[in-house]
Amino acid sequence: MSALPDGWTMVVGLEVHTELRTDTKLFCGCANNFGDEPNTNICPVCLGLPGALPVLNQRAVEYAIRIGLALNCVVQNSSFHRKNYFYPDMPKDFQISQYDVPINGPGYLDLPDGVRVGIERAHLEEDTGKTTHLGGTGRIHGSDESLVDYNRSGVPLVEIVSCPDIRSAAQARAYAAELRSILIASGASDGRMEEGSMRVDANVSVRRGDDQPFGTRCEIKNLNSLRSVQRAVEYEALRQIALLEDGGTVTQETRHWDEDAGKTHTLRTKEEAYDYRYFPEPDLVPVEPTSEFIDTVRSELGPMPAERRATLVSLLGEPTDAQLDQLLSVVEQGLDSFVVAAVAAGVNAPLALTRTSNELAASGDVVATVDAQAVAATLLMEQAGELSATQSKAVLQEVIVNGGGDPKAIAKAKGFEQMADGALDTILDEVIAAHPDEWSRFCDGDDKLQGFFTGKIMAATKGQADGKAVAAGLRTRRSA
Amino acid sequence: MSVFDLAQQVRTKQRRAIDVANDTLAAIDARDNEINAFLHLDAETIRSQAERIDATVDAGGDPGRLAGVPVAIKDNLCQRGVPTTCASKILEGWKPPYDATVITKLTQAGAILVGKTNLDEFAMGSSTENSAFGATKNPIDPSRVPGGSSGGSAAAVGADYLPLSLGSDTGGSIRQPAAFCGVVGLKPTYGTVSRYGLIAFASSLDQVGPFARSVDDAGILFEVIAGHDPMDSTSLNAPAPDVMTTINDGVAGLRVGIVPELIDGTSDEVRDRVVAAQEALVAQGATLVELSAPELRLGLAAYYLIAPAEASSNLARYDGVRYGNRVDAPDVAAMMTATRTAGFGDEVKRRIMLGTYALSAGYYDAYYGQAQKVRTLIIETFARLYAQCDVLLGATTPTTAFEFGAKTADPMAMYYSDIFTIPSNLAGHPAMSVPFGVDGDGLPIGVQLLGPALSEPTLFRAAKILESEAGR
Amino acid sequence: MSEARPLDASDVTKVASLARLSLSDAEVERFTGQLARILESAAEIAELDLGDVSPTAHPLALANVLREDDVRASLDRDEVLSQAPSVNDRRFSVPKIVGEAP
Ligand SMILES: [Mg+2]
Ligand SMILES: [Zn+2]
Repeated sequence: MSALPDGWTMVVGLEVHTELRTDTKLFCGCANNFGDEPNTNICPVCLGLPGALPVLNQRAVEYAIRIGLALNCVVQNSSFHRKNYFYPDMPKDFQISQYDVPINGPGYLDLPDGVRVGIERAHLEEDTGKTTHLGGTGRIHGSDESLVDYNRSGVPLVEIVSCPDIRSAAQARAYAAELRSILIASGASDGRMEEGSMRVDANVSVRRGDDQPFGTRCEIKNLNSLRSVQRAVEYEALRQIALLEDGGTVTQETRHWDEDAGKTHTLRTKEEAYDYRYFPEPDLVPVEPTSEFIDTVRSELGPMPAERRATLVSLLGEPTDAQLDQLLSVVEQGLDSFVVAAVAAGVNAPLALTRTSNELAASGDVVATVDAQAVAATLLMEQAGELSATQSKAVLQEVIVNGGGDPKAIAKAKGFEQMADGALDTILDEVIAAHPDEWSRFCDGDDKLQGFFTGKIMAATKGQADGKAVAAGLRTRRSA
Repeated sequence: MSVFDLAQQVRTKQRRAIDVANDTLAAIDARDNEINAFLHLDAETIRSQAERIDATVDAGGDPGRLAGVPVAIKDNLCQRGVPTTCASKILEGWKPPYDATVITKLTQAGAILVGKTNLDEFAMGSSTENSAFGATKNPIDPSRVPGGSSGGSAAAVGADYLPLSLGSDTGGSIRQPAAFCGVVGLKPTYGTVSRYGLIAFASSLDQVGPFARSVDDAGILFEVIAGHDPMDSTSLNAPAPDVMTTINDGVAGLRVGIVPELIDGTSDEVRDRVVAAQEALVAQGATLVELSAPELRLGLAAYYLIAPAEASSNLARYDGVRYGNRVDAPDVAAMMTATRTAGFGDEVKRRIMLGTYALSAGYYDAYYGQAQKVRTLIIETFARLYAQCDVLLGATTPTTAFEFGAKTADPMAMYYSDIFTIPSNLAGHPAMSVPFGVDGDGLPIGVQLLGPALSEPTLFRAAKILESEAGR
Repeated sequence: MSEARPLDASDVTKVASLARLSLSDAEVERFTGQLARILESAAEIAELDLGDVSPTAHPLALANVLREDDVRASLDRDEVLSQAPSVNDRRFSVPKIVGEAP
């Protein structure tokens, strides 16, 4: 739990911007692709050319509603406003966003430990272009020229604003992690923080005692991993407490999280709120989803992480603490479908969970690319003793790389022939007979020789022997 | 010759498009040094369009409804590869990489796009004196303004260079110059003509419309440019309007509303012509309904909050980053400020600042918010009027064309030129100016017909009667 | 809601800076006079009691104008960049940026 000094608590609210997985941008037909050549996905609309007009992407609306429903929000009639400010990454020098009537009103999110965090709103808006800074350190400060790529300009975003209900850095991390899983589960977003498709800002304040009013808050930007969220919130709360305990005051400001230094520092102070001159976007008309449409979107939503964790728990019966950790992370990464498919195919749940949380989780983005049935078939072979654990992992790697395949054929190609019945016994007896001195020392209690014999047998079987069966064979012969 | 007949002759090779093009160029050449209706004109492009049209005809094809008809384009409509300036230094030299939807439609209809016409900078003004590239002169009396903001387009038709041009109307910018130059001008129902590629002044008010020598010609051009456009979210999802089928049906039984708010404050000569127009319609079977609508007077003040507010946001993008001109400075904020300060003229700056103020924290409710409510009042007022009449008839402008410099020192005096035209923009309704005689100096007088949304067929019927009676 | 207080030079300076315009002292004075006159005439509507009137943002009551999520061709990058005041490495170049977005 939080290591704050006695009597202090923190109050945290998170604002999360997530890009939607649409094919095109929010208001134009340009491709919504990460990592393309600069300025190749641009048109009059997303470049803010004179005379261009926005037209709303239907799928972006559907995805925003998916997110709202997944967060138990009120889905409502909404409209767009212009948020006016000058900045070179924003082609029209205003952002089309939602203001007084967001598409999703209040909702909530339940953390895995049962704590409920309120959601204030989840609204649609457009992303800005991407700026590269030349000279200096490559950061904005100290650079002497900046280059703008508008490929990202106009990409659909949903901004999810939590209520200030979060009370520890670990909880902030848990909220961001759970939200990320929900976004992925909704199918609306890929939740890739490292690519910037999910970006987190944290509003942090501290107070002495739960009955005190909230203190002055600071907004922390640049939290691009779950680890940063936790570290930055912790650092910022401690910084504010130290300041207050020294008799100082917290000034409302925006701060930047420096991941390398592990510190936040001032970006700008909010002497007075910037005047964005919001007004209704005259080039767009209101969005008024029918209740039938909302019901259809709801009916197409898959199970959310909480429900999916419950499914894994029920498959495991009474999971151990280690298994609980595994299933939490498997669901967070959206890999639980592999476990469910394997168990449905007859694999025992602990094996399915272990292989998924290790081999599959270590292989990056596999949900969309790897055939769950091929994974299940591999694990079934392992469970039946047709593959050793080592061999099973090797076959799984092949399945993952190829996105699927026939594990039997892969095993055969690798020379992982199943050993004939009794073959291991024969080899065991031959190896023991070839090393009588070592065997008698082993029988006299020199346990170090267990490894010697295991190695010889593995070599003789080309790794096909099952480690457990080898150990069992040695044990019975030693005690005979 | 009517546009219909001209296109028919080009289609049947009685007349070649290239000859039409050359005649048009000769007419412009003879007089436009003085009038200054065009900001951009390229003889080669004009001829090559004409040759393409002739080639289509020679190949047995039909170039379209406007085959070989020359049309001038207000320079706030984007045309790919053709300089488009909005009469502003900030866009000087800019060549759009795309076509406005109306440009595409004109091209598909076989029109010859003749060039880009002068306007008040970013369509802000009522005299074309706010052009960064020099004012346009009224072809009827070059000591006077042609009106604005579409002064170049009105003058090009008024000077008889060509039969048709396109303008845009945010608060009267088609109807007022049409009246001053003695031509027909229509501000269509909001949403009937696509705004895609029209460089925005005030998005909720702007509408593209035709200037023409005759009511019939205006009707054809309107039909060509109107219709749903999926690129414009505010485009009505309705079939393109048909005004030509009923244009000669007359006004028998038409209820013509007369309200003092659309007449009071005019010169005596303008008022006399409005009364004559009433009589002309009655002579053809219309009935007059005397009504009153004091709320319409609030339109001017509401307009001068709403239009600048939207403009302040629409014109933010001219920042020297992506297109147009830049004035260098050590950092990006200073560069944007230097660029905008050097690039915009006084009237544009005035409206940007006014709009910024009307939207700013603490003033939004009193100004912009209140103006939006007045807009509701005006829409409700029109609804009440149109429950009792089919069209309204009034003056287009308080006076005939004024002299250069007469109103430049006092913005409010200039704004007052649009007192009768603004209410239709606020309501999104169509309105039309039809030439109806001249004053004692021989300057044209326009009368204005107003109707509810999508009433263009009725307006054209009444306009056709006025046109035929105007000469009497 | 504020009183329609007469606009003064400091208001003009402030809106000019919000709008990225710089004005000479003479311009501030001239624009202040002109804008004050325009706002004076706007006072007639600022003072109306319109409490129960709903605002109109759009002249026509449309809703749900949406397009399919279908990719359309982008503009030619060279054509677009040829219109830019300054280009570097296939991107739009601007002088140094002081400060993050507000
Ligand atoms: Mg946002
Ligand atoms: Zn685009």
